[in-house]
Amino acid sequence: MAESVPAYAPREMMAIAAGRFIKDGDVLFAGTGVAMLAATVAKRIHAPHAHIFFETGGIGPLLDELPMAVADPRVMAFSNLNAGLVEAFSYVANRRLHTIAFLGAAQIDRYGNMNSTVIGDYLAPRVRFSGSGGACDAGSLASGYIVFMQHGVQKFVEKLDYLTTPGWLDGGDSRKRAGYRRGGPIAVVTNLCVLKFDDETHEMYLAERFEGVTPEQVQEHTGFALDCSRSTVTVPPSAEELRILRDDVDPQRLILG
Amino acid sequence: MAEHNGLDGKLMTVGEAVERFIHDGDQICVGGFTITRNPMALTYEIARRRVRDLHLVAHSNGQALDVLVGAGCVRRLDIAYGGNGRFAPTCIRFRKAIERGELQVEDYTNNMMSLRFLAGALNIPFIPSKSGLGTDVVEKSGFPPELRGEDGVPCEKVIVMDDPFGHQDDEVVLLPALTPDVSVIHAQQVSTDGTVRIKGLTFADLEQCKASTAVIVTCEEIVPEHYLRLDPDQNALPPFLVDAVVPVPYGAHPTACPYFYDYDPAHLNQYKAAAKDDGAWAAWLEEWVYGVESWDQYLDKIGGAQLARIRANTVAGYAPGLDRR
Repeated sequence: MAESVPAYAPREMMAIAAGRFIKDGDVLFAGTGVAMLAATVAKRIHAPHAHIFFETGGIGPLLDELPMAVADPRVMAFSNLNAGLVEAFSYVANRRLHTIAFLGAAQIDRYGNMNSTVIGDYLAPRVRFSGSGGACDAGSLASGYIVFMQHGVQKFVEKLDYLTTPGWLDGGDSRKRAGYRRGGPIAVVTNLCVLKFDDETHEMYLAERFEGVTPEQVQEHTGFALDCSRSTVTVPPSAEELRILRDDVDPQRLILG
Repeated sequence: MAEHNGLDGKLMTVGEAVERFIHDGDQICVGGFTITRNPMALTYEIARRRVRDLHLVAHSNGQALDVLVGAGCVRRLDIAYGGNGRFAPTCIRFRKAIERGELQVEDYTNNMMSLRFLAGALNIPFIPSKSGLGTDVVEKSGFPPELRGEDGVPCEKVIVMDDPFGHQDDEVVLLPALTPDVSVIHAQQVSTDGTVRIKGLTFADLEQCKASTAVIVTCEEIVPEHYLRLDPDQNALPPFLVDAVVPVPYGAHPTACPYFYDYDPAHLNQYKAAAKDDGAWAAWLEEWVYGVESWDQYLDKIGGAQLARIRANTVAGYAPGLDRR
């Protein structure tokens, strides 16, 4: 990305690229950080009838201001209804709803399994992270999930230090065999590209690379061999998308930084 | 205090509530979620009294969790999430304590912890879920084996079995119920007969209270009984479940209390900076917890101007335009 000075930051491209996965009318389970930005921006741009809800129990808030955590009072303001955790998970898992979750993690493997618990030995960790929260539940129960990650070999690893959130497990039909009725990762949006999963093997492959990013760069930043043979270049954000993101959604740059 | 008649014997200070209901080694849970409605005044009192060896059972209690851990009150922890939104992707004292091996930790998920409280509330021994199959949350246990079967520690972390009603293989994760010694929550209003109203999200507060042996409710205000009876649909807990009622205005500060005040970004940033360094953290505890003689003094230290800045808009429930950087 060194050749040209982009008119937008990678984080802005991430939020907009992920937001494009959201269809009008989808039921979205939003986590913290860029995930909240993507959900909010999609609702403002092309999916005004998408329903956003939070694991804390905030169902369908207007989101006049960006929440900074899933328990922020802004997820409760002018909502359809306010509930609790048990109710929220009964929406995530609900068999009538097509629920898409947005998640992040410290590590991800080729099958989209994720670690947000520890680096090192679980019983004597070198680094401790927050733990699952609702991530493992969303990975287990939702119709699918979209991941946000910074791209790097420390994060895209051959083997997770701890498997917090179930993706396609060992690939193939292993997720179904483990007892899951639906779900699994749909896409991973990074600061470089969009990755998807093969329909049969459920292995991660490069689907779209952001403007100015080469397949070689993506592979360099990935700790396992990646199929880069079927990638296209992502459509860059439009001026209108950027304006909404910057001026309306995150004017204090709380998440955009 | 004639109008407080229904609260006879229940109305008390934070000091009296901790003295009476929270003891070394107890299993406790606190209400709220990350940066909202944590019972902070009572949390600081637990820390100030140097209660030790607590077994904290928690889904995502950000700020209260981090203070209790950082003040050395917690020995054992069942946890789903130790983070505090943008103020701490991982709670800082929580992280340090685990990396130093100072805590016994068992990881669950938010769904699992909520269901474990629900099971305790229903007085059933376990409850099934479909969360975590094939993950390390189910496969790996953090508590040392010798703890198993001790008071408040189930004989297994979870048990995976086939659905006994199923005609084909369909695995479920059985979760052990939780019945904590005491639950502490912060609510907006308690009526003069002891009914509790929570505005905004209830998180797992209600399941926690119903699962616990004793319930302490700190609150922003005491309101007349007939007021809460006008709209009972909005009420959260009945009087007969509540053992202690502690009026503490701003008692969730620096976390938010919807319709009363927002979270305090300046204070949370100050906390974050102090928590990163052991020396600064010790000084922070001295300044904000051990050295504070009363809640009045705490609020004076925060300052009237800052309390006005975070005051919630009574329609939106938060402080629109608050500088949250």
